[in-house]
Amino acid sequence: MHDDEQSDVQQAAFRTSRRGFLKGVGIASAATVVLPGLSLGQEEAAGTPGLKEFGSGPLEISLKVNGDERKLSIEPRTTLLDALRTKLALTGTKEICDRGSCGGCTVLVDGRAMVSCMTLAIDMQGREITTAEGIGKDPGFAPLVDSFCEHDAAQCGFCIPGILVRSAALLKEIPNPTPLEIREGLAGNICRCGTYSRIFDAVEACAKKGGVA
Amino acid sequence: MKTNVAELQVCSPRSIDEALQQRRDIPGLTPIAGGTEVLVWLNDAKFAGKTYQSLHGLAKDWRYVRANKDGTLGIGALATYSDVRFHPVVKERYPLLVESARVTGALQIQNRGTPVGNIANGSPAADTVPSLLVYDAKLKLKSLRGERLVDLKDFFTGYRRNVMTSDELITEIVLPPPLFMPAQQHYRKVGTREAQAISKVVFAGARSAAGVRLAWGSLAPTTIRALKTEAALQNGADANAAWEILQREIAPIDDIRSTAEYRRKVARNILFEFLNKLANTL
Repeated sequence: MHDDEQSDVQQAAFRTSRRGFLKGVGIASAATVVLPGLSLGQEEAAGTPGLKEFGSGPLEISLKVNGDERKLSIEPRTTLLDALRTKLALTGTKEICDRGSCGGCTVLVDGRAMVSCMTLAIDMQGREITTAEGIGKDPGFAPLVDSFCEHDAAQCGFCIPGILVRSAALLKEIPNPTPLEIREGLAGNICRCGTYSRIFDAVEACAKKGGVA
Repeated sequence: MKTNVAELQVCSPRSIDEALQQRRDIPGLTPIAGGTEVLVWLNDAKFAGKTYQSLHGLAKDWRYVRANKDGTLGIGALATYSDVRFHPVVKERYPLLVESARVTGALQIQNRGTPVGNIANGSPAADTVPSLLVYDAKLKLKSLRGERLVDLKDFFTGYRRNVMTSDELITEIVLPPPLFMPAQQHYRKVGTREAQAISKVVFAGARSAAGVRLAWGSLAPTTIRALKTEAALQNGADANAAWEILQREIAPIDDIRSTAEYRRKVARNILFEFLNKLANTL
């Protein structure tokens, strides 16, 4: 038997036994029901009602990414970062540290910046997710992207998508940030080439030219 | 080494009762609030158990910061650092909490992580716990058996150990009305860099006619109140005398972030900085 096949069989057996156990204690049935795309008006207090699942088997969920409803099949333990990159092929969200330290995987959830590596994809159903791709194709953010180019803000560029996403949110939160507010606002994004000064200049210049829409 | 994620399971309770049932019935269940600590373990194969409980679905019940009529403040289990940091009542009454939430990770973390998770995780380097200790925080612990209130200063029993039983969840932090003026309070975190760092030493302190509070992180197996030093200061001890006592209340160690020797020096400097600040504001 091929190794992969064997491990699949083992996993299936494992799943069965876990489900049997969970059923035994009377809190979950083997059938998983997920309600489709919940439209949650109040983003802050909403959470994800109607969601309940167990096991390491695949789960059909729907995520609203860059304005599109996308269906995907994931295991419940999958991070938003992995779901975006491996299931939706949105590789603009970078996996760098995968431990919440670098900001490379920053996405917006209902307009607020979050590290997608520290976020379970199943918890993000019904939320508006914006990735670097979404920022890139939104005409309202074009002045910011242009400003990054004009200031030559990238050296290797690997951290830039995360910084662009965070900068976009920052300019929505504070349309005319002071240099200190820009530095503090981008403190969660690390650039190991060290082009910080150009990044900060790019954000500041964008704000002075009228900012983002 | 990465964790073998194929073995992990996640459950998402839809109601408080369901969450508490799962706590009672599934052995070794690890709750996840913001996930900013638990999901780091994925990288290190450090997962303690195989089954995780994502509390995200309870945000409608537990994501709040509430100023109560009796002058107390309630911080729900799923309130994020950002929710706390930008809350007008917290800004007005609990400046140490605002400052400690501001220096926790950076905004992307603050929009996910929660102070209650910070407590449950039990790291001795927790940034918000010293502030909460200064404010005499209490914790509401809930299980299907009922609810109890525990003083935060009595919550930790050892390195990442606490008084919670396996069927309980922390549902709320309760802060009594403030005892200290902003000028009588001091917060200081010393880490490798300004943001996205874990502390080498972290301190929150306050002093007024109501008493003295000195709370420290990264100097002992748990975050601590330096009760003997507090008592000495209350009885008029000067800075040098206070430091003599504090030295015996802390137990810093060498680890990946710093050395015991450096931590002692920084603790002494912070203590003197705090006492100087108070002397200059009188």
